[in-house]
Amino acid sequence: MIALLIVLGLVVILVGWVIGVYNGLVGLRNRVKEAWAQVDVQLKRRFDLIPNLMETVKGYMNHERETLEAVTQARAAVAGAGSMDARMQAEGGLGAALGRLFAVAESYPDLKASTNFLSLQEELASTENKISFARQFYNESVMNMNNKVQMFPGNIVAGIFNFGNEKFFEVDDAAQREAPKVDFSR
Amino acid sequence: MWEQIAANRRKSFVLVAGAALLLAALGWALGEYFGGQGAGPGGVAVALAVWFVMTMVAWRQGDQVFLTMSGAKKVKDGDLPQLRNVVEEMTLAAGLPRVPDIYVIDDEAPNAFATGRRPETAAVAVTSGLLKTLNRDELQGVIAHEIAHVRNRDILLMLFAGVLAGAIVILAEVGLRGMWFGGGRSRSRRDGDGGGQGIIALIAVVLMIVAPIIAQLIYFAVSRKREYLADASAASFTRYPEGLAAALEKIAASPRKLASANSATAPMYIINPLKRAGKAAANATSTHPPIDERVRILRAMGRSSFAAYDEAFRQVKGGRRGVVPGSALAEEKEAAVRGASGDGPVLRDDPLRRERARQVDDFIYRADGWQRIECPCGTVLKLPADFAAPRARCPRCGRVHNLQGD
Repeated sequence: MIALLIVLGLVVILVGWVIGVYNGLVGLRNRVKEAWAQVDVQLKRRFDLIPNLMETVKGYMNHERETLEAVTQARAAVAGAGSMDARMQAEGGLGAALGRLFAVAESYPDLKASTNFLSLQEELASTENKISFARQFYNESVMNMNNKVQMFPGNIVAGIFNFGNEKFFEVDDAAQREAPKVDFSR
Repeated sequence: MWEQIAANRRKSFVLVAGAALLLAALGWALGEYFGGQGAGPGGVAVALAVWFVMTMVAWRQGDQVFLTMSGAKKVKDGDLPQLRNVVEEMTLAAGLPRVPDIYVIDDEAPNAFATGRRPETAAVAVTSGLLKTLNRDELQGVIAHEIAHVRNRDILLMLFAGVLAGAIVILAEVGLRGMWFGGGRSRSRRDGDGGGQGIIALIAVVLMIVAPIIAQLIYFAVSRKREYLADASAASFTRYPEGLAAALEKIAASPRKLASANSATAPMYIINPLKRAGKAAANATSTHPPIDERVRILRAMGRSSFAAYDEAFRQVKGGRRGVVPGSALAEEKEAAVRGASGDGPVLRDDPLRRERARQVDDFIYRADGWQRIECPCGTVLKLPADFAAPRARCPRCGRVHNLQGD
């Protein structure tokens, strides 16, 4: 009788622990999803700002056809990207193309004097920052999740209920890692 | 990062429990002293009631009272885009559920604070002087520090700690005054009743003198620790400790004093608004760590993580004890320090600095209800809200503007 009670007690404790770990994992996964949604919002915002930027810049930068086309193409690549991997790569390419555009814009004083361009520049630079800060938070959430999924004894529960590792959003190219430099001092 | 919030919750609990015990002990001693033998539990009940009422009052008046007291004006969508962007950036980095409300205080002394017991109701306020003196990276560092206070639930912690310390101070004060005027039935009625009463009276007196001091020291110690942690969090959010370091230096170097600050509101600001610059020596009764020390720790960081801040802290302070909870260090991802954003130093004659200052001033004028008339000659007339005359003459070209017409 006592042995039965002890076994029963152990089973209750075990089930309680499994429920706790399971709920913890669900919470972490939801946090990762939420964090990704924030990254996504900012990526979309950047995507939407570009036509406006092109319209403003066009008149001043006739000689920079290539740079402008690169941005347009990179934006199209983002729109056409099917898989998640392809999308992340395309987004990286768009960031780099925008960075080059702003670097070139430095040598156009007329453009830099336009208030419209200045406010767009702040808007895009900030969006670029927001992408990287949201990405920073996303990666942190992913690492939290992956730690819980991989570490013993949580990994047993994770295995039973099919919790997998989440994917980091890394920017591989060293040139892309830098947000476009925006210089207000000159 | 999550661990840090959890560690913070545990610490808040221990602190509140410890201070509550102190409060109960004081209540017991007061009860025994003034109510006669056996009135201790009644004294405890009175002490807890005082604390409860004070907590309720502080809770009810909530976050708004602080903003009202400092004369802060709310920044609406579309106003001061750079400030709004920086706040949004740090909200994302901290993973807060909602962008805090943004307020600007019309004061040339650079400073900032955050309020809000929960991240959902949080607000950050900066002075117009801060916006005019800092560049984007520095502003980002300051905002990151304030957002860190919100994320780490520091405001809730300091509210609890402050109310507890306040209740203890008030009770001890009342007790000491009562004694001064010859209260204390135990003494007058039962003189020579035995040593027991004498010992209780002695304990009561000692508690009345010591308890408020201990309570306030705990409060200040907790406040300083939260400042270090907010600095560490800010560095890990921005990945750029130099931004906050430079901002702290600029804020400390300003000779101006914040007009709306007092000792009750002082712990909330990024640097103590009441201390004179340069004289900020660390002692047990300051709410903030000395600025040059905070700056040196931030500058000694090789990477931007809690671990790096902890290393730098020990290096600068020369001790072996760090400031970040060990559990928070264990689970963190290492991160490099990024470069400056390229927003250069704010120069005195910089047109962008002028533009920024103009934006801030325009915002303040608008928030105060000033009327703005753009004269065709290029002059902008700014009229106060109580400007009663029906017409105003442009001082430059002499054109008369009809104020009722539009």
